[in-house]
Amino acid sequence: MQPAGTEIVSAIVPIIERWRHEEGPLLPILNGILREFGYVPREVVPTIAEALNLSRAEVYGVVSFYHDYRENPPGRHVLKLCRAEACQSMGGDAIAERLQKLLGIRFGETAADGSVTLEEVYCLGLCACSPSAMLDGEVIGRLDEEKAEEIAREVRL
Amino acid sequence: MTATIYIPRDSGALALGAEKVAAAIANELAARGLDARVVRNGSRGLYWLEPMVEVESAAGRVAYGPVKPSDVPSLFDRDFLSGGAHPLFLGKPEEIPFLKRQTRLTFARCGITDPVSLEDYEAHGGLRGLRNALSLTPLQIVEQVTESGLRGRGGAGFPTGIKWKTVLDAQSDRKYIVCNADEGDSGTFSDRMIMEGDPFVLIEGMVIAGIAVGAVKGYIYLRSEYPNAERILNEAIVAARKAGLLGDSVLGSAYAFDLEVRVGAGAYVCGEETALLDSLEGKRGMVRAKPPLPAHQGLFGKPTVINNVISLASVPIILDKGGAFYRDFGMGRSRGTIPIQIAGNVRYGGLFEAAFGLTLGEIVDNIGGGTASGRPVRAVQVGGPLGAYFPRELFDTPFDYEAFAAKDGLIGHAGIVVFDDTVDMLKQARFAMEFCAVESCGKCTPCRIGSTRGVEVLDRLARNIEPERQIEIVTDLCNTMKFGSLCALGGFTPYPVMSALTHFPEDFRPHPVREAAE
Repeated sequence: MQPAGTEIVSAIVPIIERWRHEEGPLLPILNGILREFGYVPREVVPTIAEALNLSRAEVYGVVSFYHDYRENPPGRHVLKLCRAEACQSMGGDAIAERLQKLLGIRFGETAADGSVTLEEVYCLGLCACSPSAMLDGEVIGRLDEEKAEEIAREVRL
Repeated sequence: MTATIYIPRDSGALALGAEKVAAAIANELAARGLDARVVRNGSRGLYWLEPMVEVESAAGRVAYGPVKPSDVPSLFDRDFLSGGAHPLFLGKPEEIPFLKRQTRLTFARCGITDPVSLEDYEAHGGLRGLRNALSLTPLQIVEQVTESGLRGRGGAGFPTGIKWKTVLDAQSDRKYIVCNADEGDSGTFSDRMIMEGDPFVLIEGMVIAGIAVGAVKGYIYLRSEYPNAERILNEAIVAARKAGLLGDSVLGSAYAFDLEVRVGAGAYVCGEETALLDSLEGKRGMVRAKPPLPAHQGLFGKPTVINNVISLASVPIILDKGGAFYRDFGMGRSRGTIPIQIAGNVRYGGLFEAAFGLTLGEIVDNIGGGTASGRPVRAVQVGGPLGAYFPRELFDTPFDYEAFAAKDGLIGHAGIVVFDDTVDMLKQARFAMEFCAVESCGKCTPCRIGSTRGVEVLDRLARNIEPERQIEIVTDLCNTMKFGSLCALGGFTPYPVMSALTHFPEDFRPHPVREAAE
């Protein structure tokens, strides 16, 4: 269940307080919110802007610039599949197609049952064991058909 | 003696099941009532052998790999704690040809030590560079780095000593050391490996940089795709503070230096140094026009040394053995060693640190062993998404900044991605444009608009609409992007595109196979 707007705002206060007096606090604050909620809710923008003496537009500009700051809650699992060249060279595109079919969603989407969000990522630094992916922060190398099916089963549980 | 078992905690090893192997080994030790010390080391960089488990006993240190959890009971049955024979036995790791042929200076300890044990670091030659630095004047430290010939390993190849001298000479109440750990190029993982396998060498390099230029604060800007590196770096920083390597008095000296890790948020362009500085300041990662140089007005407008991870991690050995020692490796104006990352469709993928000068063919065919698929090598991309595709005809190019530039390529961060003969070079060219379009910061027009137009033109070419006309347009577009873009993202995207077009023209002209496939 998503927390209501006021709950979100009160929950981010400690994160803001932790960082507001440090140098360059905005990214650490947004990263903290991302870790806490799995996304950066729009409701947090005015609170952060006020705390850091920035305009809402400046804060929103930063939120919208970085790929990590999703604006909607992700599924229970987040699967990031590397789409960069090293993974392409080892059949990554075929694995990408297969995973989208297995999960019934395209990149950037969350399954209707809320089980999983599928995202593209450009390089996990696992280029000598391609194709690679990251499931809920855990890395997976040498993806093949079998491992893709295993992932699809796991995220449905 | 009690045996020590080394199981890597490097992301590459973890991605291949090292954690499950570690659990299986712990279970087996408990079940058999055996005693052994388990160390979670970094990777040696032989990824086709990962998870590679090493055992140190009275018989010496030997390796086994690649180990699956199901192999663990049989390893114990064959007494691997005393270096027993087993089908996975690899012998002494240093004798494995892939490692034996290397010159490990920057990566001397990686995969050998416990990455978060400062004691282990010192026992293997760590902190000698810093101790020497503390006996020199800041100018003398900078001179050693200049003499070493070290050039920025992030890709630009700018002499590190000159950068440091500029910051040393700048007058300011505050200066910064910023480590660019936004290793976003596909095919590269040397920064990740050193941060996970020997983080103290980076910390030591940053402390030396701080002393050399008069900075007391450093930041490591780490990409968010590397959470494991973040964990290990932070563990190492805590240990370094506790031991007085970081803090108000570095190793009891009059110098103060502290650093922290700041994590990015998934923007490739933040690997560009000025975009990175904006991001650290809490802004959109927009590229700045230069001048002013970051060495004059960098982070928060203060003089800043901004160096890649490998550049900074190469400083301790230079200060330990002297600039001349490091300079004596290499060729031409490319001095020292370079950690080459062999990746993609390759049989022996991994990290190969060597003096500059190996030819591309030696690296791909002899060291890499050709493709993993067993098919012929058709193209290799050197230097990440902004690097050129090289055909076999150019495999005699030596690994050297100038030699690659002379062939319209770049060594970049020294990642090599191998492709077999199933690769479609038009598709790769289109990908380069598309990647640029997605990752462009949007500040300059050639990059922002040019990349999108590039995708459209290449799509028309794929549909065989006036192909010669499209080739003319994309060539013109690449010329505009190359000379008109503010930074390397727009400026170098033409490298993969034009190299694909130049060296693999057959993929850009209509041919029966393509038409049949459409």
